[in-house]
Amino acid sequence: MSGKFAEPARVVSQVSLSDEVRRLTLAAPGTAAALRPGQFVHLKIADSYEPLLRRPFSVTAADPAAGTLEIIYRIVGKGTGLMAAMTAGDGVNCLGPLGNGFTPQGQRPLLVGGGMGLAPLLMLAGALCPRPVTVLMGGRDHRELFWTDLFAGVCHNTHITTDDGSMGRQGLTVDLLPELLAQNHFDMIYSCGPQPMLAAVARIAALRQIPCQVSLEDYMACGLGACLSCTCAGTDGKRRKVCTDGPVFWAGEVLA
Amino acid sequence: MQCRWEAKKSLAVNIAGIAMKTPVMVASGTFGFGLEFEDFVDLSQVGAVVVKGTTLLPRAGNSGRRIAETPAGMLNCIGLENPGVEEFLTAILPELSRRDVPVIVNISGNTVEEYGELAACLEGSGVAGLEVNISCPNVKQGGIAFGTCPDSAAAVVRMVKANSTLPVIAKLSPNVTDIVLMAKAVEGAGADAISLINTLLGMAIDIHSWKPVLGNTVGGLSGPAVKPVALRMVWQVARAVAVPVIGMGGIMTGEDAVEFLLAGAAAVSVGTANFIDPTAPVSVAAGIQTYLEQRRLNHVNDIVGQLILA
Repeated sequence: MSGKFAEPARVVSQVSLSDEVRRLTLAAPGTAAALRPGQFVHLKIADSYEPLLRRPFSVTAADPAAGTLEIIYRIVGKGTGLMAAMTAGDGVNCLGPLGNGFTPQGQRPLLVGGGMGLAPLLMLAGALCPRPVTVLMGGRDHRELFWTDLFAGVCHNTHITTDDGSMGRQGLTVDLLPELLAQNHFDMIYSCGPQPMLAAVARIAALRQIPCQVSLEDYMACGLGACLSCTCAGTDGKRRKVCTDGPVFWAGEVLA
Repeated sequence: MQCRWEAKKSLAVNIAGIAMKTPVMVASGTFGFGLEFEDFVDLSQVGAVVVKGTTLLPRAGNSGRRIAETPAGMLNCIGLENPGVEEFLTAILPELSRRDVPVIVNISGNTVEEYGELAACLEGSGVAGLEVNISCPNVKQGGIAFGTCPDSAAAVVRMVKANSTLPVIAKLSPNVTDIVLMAKAVEGAGADAISLINTLLGMAIDIHSWKPVLGNTVGGLSGPAVKPVALRMVWQVARAVAVPVIGMGGIMTGEDAVEFLLAGAAAVSVGTANFIDPTAPVSVAAGIQTYLEQRRLNHVNDIVGQLILA
């Protein structure tokens, strides 16, 4: 048995990181003990038919000893709206750990994350310690400053871009990426964020022959490889399921 | 963690010659090939596994967004993504056959002849039965095109029967004016059982982009939202045909299943529920068992079709 759980979980705490972003800590001992960086959990937020489906979330930290895991999420709709109203002691059903996580390798890893794509990279950064970890993070504006604080504890070097230039360099992560690669030696790249960013990161990594893993996201119902909502085309012409074949893939497997 | 539960004899049913430990099957397309759920469910305690809609050749399915949540339901437009019958027979069935559960293959063709070819391919493979998909709303050819006209539905069923010795279940679409007409047509063509309902054709629109939410513009609605429609159609069909009816549409609990059984379904399938609760096929069966015990009933067949009309 591969050790997946559908366990009743309790909210331990919830804090605001910005107007729209929250960090939720859940007591889910089975999942917390088994989960590796890059894997995800699928939460049934309310014990009702509204909303009906589970919601997939990256995990930013797991503490097997305490039996807890942390999720950082943006309030975007009905499900996350309900989540934001939860307080300590409230219950959710936690399905996980799901999918395949990152392969920790390399001595000088670079993490490239855009927006909420930084979430799975945070747990990975912790797992890569004590290797010197560099993170290149991109966001809309200075309101995503909280990510800098979160990564400061686990990364040696932090580079920031924002769409409006209100923090770090103005532009996209992939604008700054060639410069970083020219100035430093990295032997592994991990990336998560919007699809166009991932495609650009994968292209640049391939040019420089640096191994690269990307974490994809998609709408999904089951999270178990059955509903086929989240499949994508592999570069070999075969379909891949983001939920069970991924969400972490070697870049060349899914991005041309 | 796998859910430990064992069905009592009071749940055992036989549908068109297929012996099942419980009357709770899984709906095609909602349970993969069954193996995906083994972390949560002992497949030997599932009535039957109806596998994902299978076609002669592999299909990539539809592009763009494939699901959308709706009030108490969901829309999907997967588009019959599947590895094709050959891959099913060589790579999947050998493993699935080791489980003590009847395997029913849902088959879908672009033409009447393709249904016959699929049936012939599956002859002697060890599967327990065929479910003829004449009701998929998400493919351009075949699918629902066969299931909305009594003559073509009958032609497909006749073709499958002519190429198979297995029990043949016809899966009906609710997207018709007269469901009883369709049921009688497939029964007349030799269907050994009838399953219904497939999804209801629906749509969702993004008011910010002014575009359809789904990549295929329209999709099939499922989940608790469709249950009253499904129940009504199962009731209408069950009283009009002699073959067993497998009822499905929004079943989430044992109580939901009991409604379908009272309406005349000899067995039920859980579909969308599997996406929310991976133990659903077992928890629904356990719910039926509890209901029977509470009512001091000996067997699930004691309630099938026992609806009391005022």
